[in-house]
Amino acid sequence: MSGILSYGFMQNALAAGVLVSLACGVIGTLVVLKRMVFISSGVAHTAYGGIGMAFYFGVNPMLGALTFSLGASLLMGYTQRKTRQRPDTLIGVMWAIGMAIGIIFTDLTPGYKPDLMSYLFGSILAVTRADLWMMLVVDLIVIGITILFFKEFQATAFDEAFARTRNVPVDLLYVILVTMIGLAVVMLMRVVGLIMIIALLTIPAAIGALFLKSMGKIMWLATGLSLVFTIGGLLLSYAFNLTSGATIILVAGAAYLIALLAQKLCKRCPDE
Amino acid sequence: MTPTAPNATPLVEIKDLSAGYNNEMVLRDINLTVEPDNFIGLIGPNGGGKTTLFKVILGLLQPHKGTIKVMGMAPEKGRQHIGYVPQFTYYDSDFPIRARDVVRMGRLGPKHLFKPYTAEDDRVVEECLERVHLTDKGNAPLRELSGGQRQRIYIARALASEPELLLLDEPTNSVDVEASAQIYELLHEINLQGVTILLISHDLNVISSYVKTIGCLNRTLHYHGEKEITEDMIQAGYNCPVELIAHGLPHRVLAKHEEQG
Repeated sequence: MSGILSYGFMQNALAAGVLVSLACGVIGTLVVLKRMVFISSGVAHTAYGGIGMAFYFGVNPMLGALTFSLGASLLMGYTQRKTRQRPDTLIGVMWAIGMAIGIIFTDLTPGYKPDLMSYLFGSILAVTRADLWMMLVVDLIVIGITILFFKEFQATAFDEAFARTRNVPVDLLYVILVTMIGLAVVMLMRVVGLIMIIALLTIPAAIGALFLKSMGKIMWLATGLSLVFTIGGLLLSYAFNLTSGATIILVAGAAYLIALLAQKLCKRCPDE
Repeated sequence: MTPTAPNATPLVEIKDLSAGYNNEMVLRDINLTVEPDNFIGLIGPNGGGKTTLFKVILGLLQPHKGTIKVMGMAPEKGRQHIGYVPQFTYYDSDFPIRARDVVRMGRLGPKHLFKPYTAEDDRVVEECLERVHLTDKGNAPLRELSGGQRQRIYIARALASEPELLLLDEPTNSVDVEASAQIYELLHEINLQGVTILLISHDLNVISSYVKTIGCLNRTLHYHGEKEITEDMIQAGYNCPVELIAHGLPHRVLAKHEEQG
């Protein structure tokens, strides 16, 4: 145990775990309660299209990812709210096209190119100091915005029509939330990968929502759980020489199944 | 009944209004004036446009034709004086939130953006919990309340906006008979405290003796500000369930026949 902490990359990975957990705990709670899991996954995957195009045109892949994910956030957000088409269908289509664009442009790019797997599962063991600073900035933005609009986010998640009758700027808040998801996804993707972002956005908050009765408390618990899953998964992957991202996700997934069972067994768990 | 000054601004004034979705007109040629202190019950079948009427009054749906004024203003502006109690099957019943925090949402508004709730907000919230007789349930998670209690929490949330007018959409839906009676008792009290009430329901059983005036809504509205459902309303084919009118009520809402009167 003390052995693995002596590695610089392990220290960075643990610090990254803390920072990712904060962002995912807070945003994930909003995503789960507002039923935006599918749209978040869509945004995360569509961002891959931007990465592929960035490789091809020789610009910074993060810039490509950022452009695509913000574009996808707004487009999908608009689709979700305004069209009378089935929104989940349109989001699914955008998601698939985004990924396909990414793969094709990566194919077309000559020379060295990172493979898809490193974006899907990330490389938490390769986090740099600079990455950590960037993640800290993302965390501060996310937490700041959430504190600022906490009661409005809660009200729109609970009952959007009522919030609208109180003249709460419901649409603007939705755009802010969706943009925040897009930003966070891109920043965290390089570190932990697309799949792990989705896992950490949904699983800890979903467990929290099973047992707790307030949005604020769920954010805390989701952050804590996210941290436990990340560190637990890292240690397991180190001990058994497994892929870190996938191990973390399986730890989280197993915990979710256990939590579901536990909740079914004690229908009325007090949280006081 | 409280007398109303003849020149008081109506809370809601709807003239020749038609509204609907895409090309389907759900409401046609609606005329309705809601005067202060009234307690109006509108009945009509499901799909008769009850919820659509509320959406128009709340500025959530633009009418195709006609005008609507709330407190003499456009609905988007006037709705700040309305307390809205939506049909509660509409909610995610599992949403993790405490009853008090639901009531607090009634205090939201553009002025409260960027600002935390104040001591004044908390005072109003406590007062509203008291008005619906649920002071002891403030800390309870919403999902652990009974259907009737939950409905009263939504009424408290609407009251927290300090409204002139309360709009209730099927307030006794999926609530048992006893809880339903409590809710009507409560609405009666609230009405006596000076809040005007407009409620809609598909179930005539729930339109109790506390309603001051009654109307029928089935795409068109038949409302004359009267306490009774007149025979011509039924004859005009408003789908009002006649057998319920005659038997299901604690008092008579069906107008007596000419020879009896």
